[in-house]
Amino acid sequence: MSAAEFHAQESAGGQPISLSRVEKSFGKLNVLGNFNLEIPAGQFLAVVGRSGGGKSTLMRLIAGLDTASSGHVGIGGRKVERLHPSVRLLFQEARLVPWQRVIENVGIARGPNWQKTARRTLADVGLDGRENDWPTVLSGGQRQRVALARALVSAPQILLLDEPFGALDALTRIEMHRLLERLWTERGFTTVLITHDVAEAVALADRVVVLREGAIALDIDIDLDRPRQELADPRAVDLQRQILEAV
Amino acid sequence: MAETSVAGYAAGGTRRPNLKGLWTALAPWAFPIALLVVWEIAARSGLVTARLMPAPTTIAATFWRSLLDGTLLVHTLASTERALIGLAIGGGLGFVAGVVNGLWKPAETLLDSTLQMVRNIPHLALIPLVILWFGIGETAKIFLVSIGVFFPIYINTFYGVRTIDPQLVEMASVYGLDRKALIRRIILPGALPSILVGLRYALGFMWLTLIVAETISATSGIGYMTMNAREFLQTDMVLLGIIVYALLGKLADVATRAIEKRVLVWHPAYQVKPGDGQ
Repeated sequence: MSAAEFHAQESAGGQPISLSRVEKSFGKLNVLGNFNLEIPAGQFLAVVGRSGGGKSTLMRLIAGLDTASSGHVGIGGRKVERLHPSVRLLFQEARLVPWQRVIENVGIARGPNWQKTARRTLADVGLDGRENDWPTVLSGGQRQRVALARALVSAPQILLLDEPFGALDALTRIEMHRLLERLWTERGFTTVLITHDVAEAVALADRVVVLREGAIALDIDIDLDRPRQELADPRAVDLQRQILEAV
Repeated sequence: MAETSVAGYAAGGTRRPNLKGLWTALAPWAFPIALLVVWEIAARSGLVTARLMPAPTTIAATFWRSLLDGTLLVHTLASTERALIGLAIGGGLGFVAGVVNGLWKPAETLLDSTLQMVRNIPHLALIPLVILWFGIGETAKIFLVSIGVFFPIYINTFYGVRTIDPQLVEMASVYGLDRKALIRRIILPGALPSILVGLRYALGFMWLTLIVAETISATSGIGYMTMNAREFLQTDMVLLGIIVYALLGKLADVATRAIEKRVLVWHPAYQVKPGDGQ
C-alpha cells in the first residue's frame, strides 16, 4: 500500500504545498533564488542542508511567518499570505508556556471542548497522566511530546518541523521518530521536516531534498518499507551516502 | 560534645536535619534578643538616660497601655488606610502605564522619557508644593504615597512586559491566539515575577513616604502619634511608633512573599522538589 492510499482513509488528510519561482532576500543577502518545489498532499518531505542554506527560511515562508520577496507560495492551491490555520509548526525548542500546565499548553488556543481533545492527544503521544504537570519538570523528550500534542490537537493538514529533535539524546530521538512516523501514518498530514541529520531524514521521509546555497542540489525518493527499522536496511545506508555527497 | 555529634551522624538523615532546622529557625533571632537584653540592663542601671532611651520593658508597657485604650489601633488603622489607598491609586496607574508602554511603541515614545525625567525628582521634595496644593488633608498624603509607589511598579511592569520571550509570542501567534488571549495568557503571567518585585519595592516606598508625610502634617496616624509624643517628651511612645512601622513593613513583605509563592507555583524557584520534605 502506498502512502497516498494509506492516507485516503483519514478524514483530516494533508494539503499540497507549492512554491514557484520564489525569491527571498534579507537586504543584499539572497537566501532563496528562483526556487521551485512541489510537495504533494500527505507526503513526508525532509529538507537537509548545512546551516545558512535556506532551510529555516523555506519553512517560515510555508508557515506564513515570512513573505517571499517575489514568486508564489501556495497551500492547497491558494496563496499563503498570513498564518494558515491548518499549518502547525514544531520549533527547535519546545516553546512551552512555563506558567501553564501541560494540558493548558496543549489546548493553548482553547476552543470548544479543548480539555477533552487535549487529554486524548496527550494520551496519543504517550503522556497520559501528565496533564497537570508543570512544563519545567518534564524532560527534553517529554517537552517535545507536549509540543507535538499541541501541534496535533487541532488536526492540522500540514506539519512543519524545524529540527525538533536536534537537542535530544540518541535513544529519545529514535523514540520520537517512531512516534512521529506512527502519527503521520495514522493522520496523513503533509510533513516538512527540516534537519541536518541525514540518518533522520532517511529514517522518516518519503522524499529528501538537499538545499545548498538556496537551491535544490538533490531531490531523491526514499522508497523503503514502513514502519522503518533504523540502520537495519542496507539500502538506507546507500541512500544516506548519496545524500551526504550532495550536502 | 564530640559524642553527641557522632551520635547525630549515626542517626543519619533523621536527627541532623532537625537540629539544623532548629538552628536556622532560631539563629536570626539571636542578635536582636541579645541586643534587647543589653539595652534593658543599660537602661535599668542608669547607663543611658531613661528619658532618652527607655527600657524595652517600658516600651512594652506603653504598647500594652495604648493597645488597651485604643489609640494605637486608631492611628495604625489611619496610616494603613492611607497606605493602601495610595498603593491602589499609584500602583494601579503604574501597572496600567507599564503594560501600555510595554506593549505599544507609540505610547512608550510619547510617555517614557517624560516619566523617566519625573522619576528622578525625589518625590518627598514635592511636600511643600503638595501642601500648597492640597493643604494638610488626606489628599496630600495619599497623593505623595501614590507618587512614591507609582515608579517602582511602572518600571518593573514595563520591564516585565518587554522581556517576554519573543519565541513564546511567535509560538502563540502561530497557534492562533488573538491579542486579548496573548496578553492574558502569555504576556501578563510572564511579566508577573517582575511586577511582584516592583510591588515589594513599592511597599517600602509606601511606608517611607507615609512616615514623612505624617510627621509633617497630620492629625492622625502613626507619624502623628510619634510627633505628638515628642512634644511631651514621651520617648517610649516615639520608639513604639518606630517599632510599629517596622512591623507593618515586615507584614507587607510577608504578604508579598505569600502572594509570590501562590502565583508563581509554576516557577522552578518556587517549586517544592521531591525529597525536599515539607
